[in-house]
Amino acid sequence: MDLLRFITCGSVDDGKSTLIGRLLYDSESVSLDVLAALEKRQASNGVVDLALLTDGLRAEREQGITIDVAYKYFTTPRRKFIITDAPGHVQYTRNMVTGASNADMAIVLVDARQGVIEQTRRHTLIAALLGIQHFVLAVNKMDLVQYDETIFNQISADYAALTDHFQLPKATAIPLSALNGDNVVTRSRQLPWYAGPSLLEHLESVPGAVEVAAAPRFQVQYVIRPQTPELPDYRGYAGQVLSGQYRRGDKVRILPSEQESTIEAIEVSQQKVETATAPQAVVIRLRDDVDVSRGDTIVPLHDEPTLTRELEATLCWMSEQPLWPGRKLLLQHHSALVKAAVPAILHKVNVHTFARAATDSAQLNDIVRVRLKTAVPLAVDNYHQNRTTGSFILVDELSGDTVAAGLIGEANANYFTAPTSPPVAFSI
Amino acid sequence: MSTPTFDYLDRLEAEAIHILREVAGQFERPALLFSGGKDSIVLTRLAEKAFRPGRFPFPLVHVDTGHNFPEVLTYRDALAEQLGEKLIVRSVEETIKRQRLREPGGKYPSRNPLQTYTLLETIEEFEFDACIGGARRDEEKARAKERIFSVRDEFGQWDPKRQRPELWNIYNGRIQKGENVRVFPISNWTELDVWRYIQRENIALPDIYFGHERTCVVLPSGQLLGLTEHIRLDQDDEIVTRQVRFRTVGDSTCTAAVESDAATVEDIIEDLLLAKVSERGATRLDDNISEAGMEDRKRNGYF
Repeated sequence: MDLLRFITCGSVDDGKSTLIGRLLYDSESVSLDVLAALEKRQASNGVVDLALLTDGLRAEREQGITIDVAYKYFTTPRRKFIITDAPGHVQYTRNMVTGASNADMAIVLVDARQGVIEQTRRHTLIAALLGIQHFVLAVNKMDLVQYDETIFNQISADYAALTDHFQLPKATAIPLSALNGDNVVTRSRQLPWYAGPSLLEHLESVPGAVEVAAAPRFQVQYVIRPQTPELPDYRGYAGQVLSGQYRRGDKVRILPSEQESTIEAIEVSQQKVETATAPQAVVIRLRDDVDVSRGDTIVPLHDEPTLTRELEATLCWMSEQPLWPGRKLLLQHHSALVKAAVPAILHKVNVHTFARAATDSAQLNDIVRVRLKTAVPLAVDNYHQNRTTGSFILVDELSGDTVAAGLIGEANANYFTAPTSPPVAFSI
Repeated sequence: MSTPTFDYLDRLEAEAIHILREVAGQFERPALLFSGGKDSIVLTRLAEKAFRPGRFPFPLVHVDTGHNFPEVLTYRDALAEQLGEKLIVRSVEETIKRQRLREPGGKYPSRNPLQTYTLLETIEEFEFDACIGGARRDEEKARAKERIFSVRDEFGQWDPKRQRPELWNIYNGRIQKGENVRVFPISNWTELDVWRYIQRENIALPDIYFGHERTCVVLPSGQLLGLTEHIRLDQDDEIVTRQVRFRTVGDSTCTAAVESDAATVEDIIEDLLLAKVSERGATRLDDNISEAGMEDRKRNGYF
């Protein structure tokens, strides 16, 4: 059985929480005691509010809104699912980016009465920017438009025009009612004209995560040196295969030191193995006595990342304190933590149109393009070739807060460089 | 090139090991909170996978409420011995004496809330900057909102509105003096995942997880509470002997048993697939006090 992580996005009141509640409820993933607690709260009108399954904080229940990202789990005989429930309106871009960074798929909710709106467009663009390949357009509240086929077709066509324009992956459109459960888990008799799968059937068939296709990347998290009488010279580099596959005997280079060596052994749970494949957590031992420490990257000689102290990147700024050119920060590239400076903010990206605008600062929730300098060279890839080695965060040295999410390189080379028509500058 | 497929347990395991190694790499004085329950037992297995043939880069720490099941304490000591790792035990009893705390009253006096005091004292005593715990997001709705690296202030408090965004698999453990980070490597696991992992890895557990005969008090809710010296019995209390097991191992005064004759991990998984009541709903007496019970306790420094 495999695993699919997906995010739900959409405007406030499009019914995201209700949809998740419905998925959990109809797939029999809600326990009786949890349901009893819900029913207790809804005694007055007798209708169970499924949204309360996800809004877990006191303030969320008081205000009836989702404040923070929540994670929910359910399993069907075919798959385990991790749902990232990202809030629609409060600090939207920041939360969307947080949720989308770990998702394999995005469900974009649209209210059938409203159709494709600004928020639909913005969420779709941000999800695509974060590299999500699979999209579902969930046309919700079909019960409120008498399950009208023409309305659904119109919304699907509007959305297809949007994805075509930005050269985004094509979405699968599904008409449904989260409130009544139409087409969420089971296909609905209310929608006889719709021949496609229910949402859950679709979720069960979408391809899951694939890290193997990318170039082999491994970063050292921790050096294991037992220094015991039995193992006086053991030196193992513990870390996760971030992408691709490694093989015993591979010739490798250690970055940033650029030393060369050969993989002597690969160990998984103390057993020697011939190959290690993403996302396995392994220990790699090298033939030569080279100096390797936490944050170093071990890569095959023939397929190396860029080693650089100067980066161009797209940032989602997540702090209330703005970013000014010249500001010094810490850059965390997975296990590597280095000092960094932002010499220049190149432009800001309009999250509705992805058009560029000049700017001299980045404010909370802004998406900006910047140049970065780091104190030591980093081994990086373009985000759209490798979501793991192409991503980083910026950290405020004093408070320790995470202030930005960063995407390295010519972001969106796949989607935004060649817009069909009209021509818009989308190379963010 | 062969491309092996990994199932969801492989992925969850890889994620958890990655998180444990980030703790080892980022913190100076981490600790692994170990209760002798199934979730923390799974954490020790994951730590073996993360750090062997080396030693664990952290001690095991148990906050003993004094209301623990004896079988669990026996298991705790045996496991620490077998792993050859350091075990630190700090007792709520001592904290109560030292801080002149009031013992909980009532018929079933849970020391669960008092654990927070001992935990915070222990963190201060050893200057732990990170505490690894076995909490899972599926346990409770406030936990579903919590980050894997959860920053707590110098009073151990969690502020759900001021959480750091957690992006990709990058974990930011930067803190200021006095703050600490609670780390939850198995956040994304469910109760069933934990049991399937125990099955796959063939992990030994304390006996109380399996069906056994026990003298119990019948609560007004119908739940069964194992009879111990800490429960204040009344004359009309109904005492029964039943075949029971525990789904969760907490304080004996607030952790109910479920009727079951499950003798193996396979039986327990079978039981769980049919269970209609959640782990906490079935077994915990203290979460049901208020809608935000867990959120409030976490805000005060609880795990």
